[in-house]
Order: sequence, then C-alpha cells, then structure tokens
Amino acid sequence: MSRPEDTLSADVHYDDTEARKYTTSSRIQNIQASMTHRALELLDLPSASLILDVGCGSGLSGEILSSLSPEEGGPHVWIGMDVSASMLDVALQRDVEGDLLLADIGQGVPFRAGTFDAAISISAIQWLCNAESSETSPAGRLSRFFNGLYASLKRGGRAVCQFYPKNDEQKKMITGAAVKAGFGAGLLEDDPDTKNAKLYLVLTVGAAVVGGKSGDITGVVQGMEGVDVLDGRNRGKSGSGEIKKGSKQWIVKKKEQMERKGKVVKATSKYTGRKRRIAF
Amino acid sequence: MKVLSLNFLTCAVKACKSTSGSYPLHPKDAELVEDDLEINLDLLLNVMTRIDWTALSTTATELGFPSLPAQAPTKEELEGDEKMIKDLHHLLMETQMMEGKLVCGNCGHEYAVREGIANFLLPAHLV
Repeated sequence: MSRPEDTLSADVHYDDTEARKYTTSSRIQNIQASMTHRALELLDLPSASLILDVGCGSGLSGEILSSLSPEEGGPHVWIGMDVSASMLDVALQRDVEGDLLLADIGQGVPFRAGTFDAAISISAIQWLCNAESSETSPAGRLSRFFNGLYASLKRGGRAVCQFYPKNDEQKKMITGAAVKAGFGAGLLEDDPDTKNAKLYLVLTVGAAVVGGKSGDITGVVQGMEGVDVLDGRNRGKSGSGEIKKGSKQWIVKKKEQMERKGKVVKATSKYTGRKRRIAF
Repeated sequence: MKVLSLNFLTCAVKACKSTSGSYPLHPKDAELVEDDLEINLDLLLNVMTRIDWTALSTTATELGFPSLPAQAPTKEELEGDEKMIKDLHHLLMETQMMEGKLVCGNCGHEYAVREGIANFLLPAHLV
C-alpha cells in the first residue's frame, strides 16, 4: 500500500488532480462510506447533533452525516476542517451542506470549549505523524490537535478517528498523545490481520458512566456483535504487585533494572537467589 | 459559513487562547447569502443550550440584523414559539457569510473568508 504521507505534506499532495482522483474513485468512495457508517455506529448519537469532521477533504463523509433520516438520528450539521485547498475546492463544487474551514489540524482546533457533540475523522490523523519542517515535531502537532479537540468537545462527547498507522510505534504515539490530552482512548480494529484491517481510535470525554455503561470504549462496544474486548490496562499492575521482596523473581528483576542502566551485572544461573547451606 | 459556526469559532493564535477578547470573531466587509433550508428543530433545540447569546447578539448587530432580545429563549419558550424558531433558524442556519474577513478582537489577526471557506492557516510563529 502506498503511503503518500511519507513523501509529501497533505496540502501539497492533494493538489487539483489528486483531489479529483480521490473524490471520483468509486473504490475510495465505497471505503469511505463504510468507514463513516461504522464511525457513526460507534458514536451512537441519539438525535441531530453538531459534528466536527477532521480532515473532511471533499466532504465524502460529511455528505453521509447530512443525509441521515430523522429515524437514524440525523440529519446532523457538521463543520469540516481540511488543510488542502484543492480538496475543499472539490467539496465546494459538489455543493456539500457543512461549513468548511481551511485549517491545519496540527495547529490546533479553533473552536471554543464545549462546541461539538461529537467529532469524526476518516483517514486523516496519520498525516500528523509527519512533520516536514524543522519548526514542528509530530509530537507537538499531535498534542496541539488532541488538546484542541478535547477542549472543543462537550462533556460526555465522543470522537471516532479512523486512521492508517504505519507501524506499532505510530499507533502508540497517536493513542499516547490522545490519552495525554485527557481522553479516554481505545482502539477498535475491524478485520484484524487482513489486508482490509481498519483501525478506529475511539475517544471519550469525561463521564465515567453513561447510562449504565462505562464511559470508555468498552462501554461503547458493549452490546455490539462480534467484538472481542482485550483490556490491557491492568496487566502491568498485577504483575509487579505480587513479586515478593527478596525472592528469586525479585532479584532477577533488580538485575535486569541494573543492566538496563548500563551497570555490570553477574549472569543469572540456577544458584541465583538460593539460600546458603547452614554451616553448622 | 453559517452564523451558527461564527458563534463557535475563536482566534487560533496561541497567545489569544487565554484572553476573552479573542471571542467572538468580528465579521468585516461581510457579504451574506441567504439559503433556503428545512427547519431542523431537534438540532436547533440541541444547539441552543450551547449558543453564547451575548456573542450571537454582537455578531447579529455587526452583520446588520435587527437586535435580538436581551435574554436567550429557554427550551420551553422556544418549543411553543413558531416565529422565534423561524427567526433563529433563519439567522443561524440560512444566513451564510460568503466573502469578507473575520477579525480577532485581541490580536487583530484577520482570517479571510472566500466562497464561504474561512482560512485559519497560521504562520508558524503564531502557533
């Protein structure tokens, strides 16, 4: 799979021809539509809401937001942000209903606190991991984006960001930045280990318990079919709490710690941590 | 750009984040267009709780609308008042700013609006 974000910045890559190609490709349209529907399912909005579309591009996902019938909880009003002027130009020609902003999400989200009910982002935030100038770093751009997003969502609001991480490191960097900004964050992966794997970052703001469900992603997917929950949050804690001081396990752990610090440590053998024989 | 969005936008400059003058942005040389949209009552009621009424009054006056009542209507008042719903819908949803500038009251930065799209890109030293 080609990764345009590795070579160019978003506003340069999506020029007039690229933007047109992207929007008219029926394959991309289909994928975008299915991802938008999935994201909406995760957002689970009860009634017509005000939604932020991060990296709205030519409005492919926005179109779906404004076309929902009242029975499906719509039609939503949305405001889209994108950094590519060509993409927005295509959106204008397609006459989308949402408001558009030409803005770089890595520079923050210019809305006052508590503006949106929800935010949606389809295939956009991986662009934040590439900083093309010396003045900005991926970490800085990610933190500005997530801090801005956190502030602009109302309490109890949710954000669903579908993205294509290059590797595990990028995945960790993005979720780490979201958690640092204050979000309750979780990842949902559709069709894992296939070519069509899709990763959704589900972010929640405040509200520990909503309607009997826990406020984070485990509450979001509760009741959904075919979702396995892998909660890795408590794994580290229970492991370290049970090691008894002075035991062999404890000694080995300490030795590892020292080794990591660059100290010279004796090799571990079957005699490590053993009691000496009583001499008398 | 709907008047509704104008009620939520603030200045993106870093130094303005903590000041009160950066909100609301003041429209300048605005060219307005009126659309015809269906009334979405659910959304209107949903959004009304979040609208900053003082800021909306300021924006409405600056755009040349007749002045709004001093107090924001409550949910019950709004539900019963057909005319109020219509007026608010007209102001918030149907009125669009197509050309002009949005000016920050604190730093004076001007955000250009062209064909209804506001340009919020900032030079790196202001981020």
